[in-house]
Amino acid sequence: MSKDQHTNPESTFEQCMKCTVCTVYCPVVAVNPDYPGPKQAGPDGERYRLKDPLFYDEALDLCLNCKRCEVACPSNVKIGDIIQAARLKYSTKKPKLRDYILANTDIMGGLATTMAPVVNFTLGLSPVKAVMDGVLGVDHHRTFPKYAGQKFETWFKRHAASKQAEFDKKVSYFHGCYANYNYPKLAKDLVKILNAAGYGVNLLEKEKCCGVALISNGFKDQAQSQAELNLSSIRKAVGRGEPVLTTSSTCTFTMRDEYEHILGLDNSDVRDSIMLATKFLYTLIDEGRISLAFKEDYKKRIAYHTPCHMEKLGWAIYSTSLLRMIPGVDFLMLDSQCCGIAGTYGFKKEHYQDSQKIGESLFRQIQDSNVDLVATDCETCKWQIEMSAGVTVENPISIIADALDVEATIKLNR
Amino acid sequence: MKFDTIIIGGGLSGLIAGIELSRKGQKCMIVSAGQSALHFFSGSLELCGLEDEPAKAMEQLPQSHPYRKIGLDTALTLAERVKPLFAEVGVNFKGNAERNHWRITPLGVLKRAWLTLDEYASVPSDGLMPWKKVALLNIDGFLDFHTSYIAAGLAERGVECVVKGISMPELERLRHNPTEMRSTNIAKTLTGELIGKLAARINEYAKDVDAVLMPAVVGLAGNADVVRLKEKVDRPLHFLATLPPSVPGIRLQMMLKRHFQKLGGVYMLGDTVREGVFEGDRLAGIMTVNHGDTCFKADNFILASGSFFSKGLVSDINGVREPVFGLDVDSLDERPQWYRKDMFEAQPYMSFGVATDVGFHPSRNGQPVENLYATGSVLSNCHPMKEGSGAGVAILTALHVADTILKNQ
Ligand SMILES: Cc1cc2nc3c(=O)[nH]c(=O)nc-3n(C[C@H](O)[C@H](O)[C@H](O)COP(=O)(O)OP(=O)(O)OC[C@H]3O[C@@H](n4cnc5c(N)ncnc54)[C@H](O)[C@@H]3O)c2cc1C
Ligand code: SF4
Ligand code: SF4
Repeated sequence: MSKDQHTNPESTFEQCMKCTVCTVYCPVVAVNPDYPGPKQAGPDGERYRLKDPLFYDEALDLCLNCKRCEVACPSNVKIGDIIQAARLKYSTKKPKLRDYILANTDIMGGLATTMAPVVNFTLGLSPVKAVMDGVLGVDHHRTFPKYAGQKFETWFKRHAASKQAEFDKKVSYFHGCYANYNYPKLAKDLVKILNAAGYGVNLLEKEKCCGVALISNGFKDQAQSQAELNLSSIRKAVGRGEPVLTTSSTCTFTMRDEYEHILGLDNSDVRDSIMLATKFLYTLIDEGRISLAFKEDYKKRIAYHTPCHMEKLGWAIYSTSLLRMIPGVDFLMLDSQCCGIAGTYGFKKEHYQDSQKIGESLFRQIQDSNVDLVATDCETCKWQIEMSAGVTVENPISIIADALDVEATIKLNR
Repeated sequence: MKFDTIIIGGGLSGLIAGIELSRKGQKCMIVSAGQSALHFFSGSLELCGLEDEPAKAMEQLPQSHPYRKIGLDTALTLAERVKPLFAEVGVNFKGNAERNHWRITPLGVLKRAWLTLDEYASVPSDGLMPWKKVALLNIDGFLDFHTSYIAAGLAERGVECVVKGISMPELERLRHNPTEMRSTNIAKTLTGELIGKLAARINEYAKDVDAVLMPAVVGLAGNADVVRLKEKVDRPLHFLATLPPSVPGIRLQMMLKRHFQKLGGVYMLGDTVREGVFEGDRLAGIMTVNHGDTCFKADNFILASGSFFSKGLVSDINGVREPVFGLDVDSLDERPQWYRKDMFEAQPYMSFGVATDVGFHPSRNGQPVENLYATGSVLSNCHPMKEGSGAGVAILTALHVADTILKNQ
């Protein structure tokens, strides 16, 4: 079977056999009858749009880009890609200031980190939320992710970089905006695990936000230039023989698939080297090249939530297999369904209600399952679930780091 | 990553095999490219519909037929296990393998069936209609259910139909977008509190009838809504099949998958097996699109990738191929021989498929692959439409191969 069949969105809309299976699994159709649904918005609509761009329907804005339609389609139609490409090509709606703010996670992150206490405090105030809601259209129900006082990059340069030279084996790490600005602990946790397992960590020469929010908010040119910068740094790392690890399923998916499918950039030379740290770790353990030792007193009941882009990557098996390796973990797999946030989507006032309705049954399943923690590989799922189900959510990497017996692991991998 | 058995294709056949193997303690993985033919499920499983008695009907089948390879006696013994197996999954069927009963098609015609979902309308094997007068209801604006065909079909058999449409404000919302007024979207709306309201609307028309018949548009997430609705409707309520997508089929797919996962199975949806890694006459592992250079290894493999519809078989200028491993297929060389002009005749291409020996081992270039088996509609020499044997072949070959794998382990 040729690989091309799976990677070229343009060639796929004619493969549609009109079975409507995609529509069954679209989370938006389920809550909002104004959305035309994947079949209509994707392959069917594409036929019309090719005739005349006037057929473009602004309701395509309602698509979450979750790709659950693609996962379900028996004919390999790249429905989500067709819809995203159409939005970028035909939409005449100008992005708003709000969209700019939400999309530019790293510019905002850079500003906010320097003033973290002020920003965190301000974003939490109800008058500020009211202004954001009224003037900007950011829903006032949202709790904003907190900004850390010190970026991960700064911490790494000061406290970790020099130590990495001690290791023969090396990997590169694409931390992304979230681990850099909002939650450096995640990035530190990864460094801790890798170092214990005998791997040194390098940062990329330069990195920008992967661009997922730029794509979904209509800033294609900026997304493209950031993607090019990232790819060039990634190429240098891969050239040194280092795989490029990530801790966010969405960044991973964006750099592996959307760069090519939506932005039209050729990433085929490095695509296989970009991977989630959980895939990297699991593969090394499976091949007997490293071992992890865990604390005897770590005991937790943990449920795993599969983010949409993780479902699309098909990689949940690596994260869940790692979690199941921890002796003290009582593991539960949640039904794979969208939590409703879809990056910046759920932050927008016009989508807030749909967003919460989409996630409702997931939140209920979590609340009924009596777990200590939910594990998931996506930061926006974390915000949504913590806010809506009231349970702490951690990245599997942080859970492994917490459960890890560092001294014993270092001994095992010497 | 290493498993006891890896199954390619997560439709009816792959899931039954996976459940049976997992129940007996095997570590299994299913990889499935997309959703399966169950999304088109009529509500009835067919075993062999050529005659009233499946055992007799099966005797008409050629020696090369999958049932013959299993052995007719063994096949009928396996059939006995199916109802209890589904009950364990949480889905109840009526019917038996001694005598077919009749299902009612969306066109109002009767067709022979082996097992029909409990909540569905069916006609006993003697063909005598169980009702004199029924209320035949539809949801207003729902285009995938044609009461006129069904009413005509029932009238021919002496059943009087009172045809009514139901509208509810909650359903009116769906009509904004007529293309999305689908069985599954209706079922997503008709749940929870609305079940009571729906029952009240149905009861307005259910006064002096023997039964109420309505399209299967309830119970996408599980059986609970169906049970509650039946309780609240004053008369016996039975569902009829709609045009696809099939609400009960999707529920069945979901419940089978959940059961398989509960037994410890790994189910990977949306990933396509690209190729196999062979060591001599054995398949050592498989490579998938999503997992790049990761090789998934197992002692045994089952190919349950379906027919043309699911891309288990593909056809092009050069003929019919099995695209994953390039297995030998049974087909006809000359393209014009593939079809019959009359659309309603049995089409030869439908019996094309992967060639296997009596133990269901496919071969490559004439050489059988020891630890690979094929099951379900990817197999050759059965004709699901003509014989009325689709689900039977999918389920019985899966159970038979699972038994073989367990016996040899
Ligand atoms: C439209 C339709 C309606 C039917 N309705 C009925 C009915 O009501 N009653 C009845 O008795 N029979 C029915 N049949 C007959 C049907 O064939 C069987 O009932 C049965 O569902 C077939 O199951 P299966 O598992 O063999 O194949 P499928 O259900 O086709 O499943 C095959 C699976 O394999 C996956 N796959 C294919 N290639 C790959 C790959 N390379 N890698 C990974 N995965 C792959 C596909 O995505 C698919 O999910 C129907 C058949 C069709 C086509
Ligand atoms: S699931 Fe795929 S083939 Fe079926 S209607 Fe949707 S896009 Fe078309
Ligand atoms: S990507 Fe998600 S939201 Fe968009 S059409 Fe597909 S299933 Fe629906």
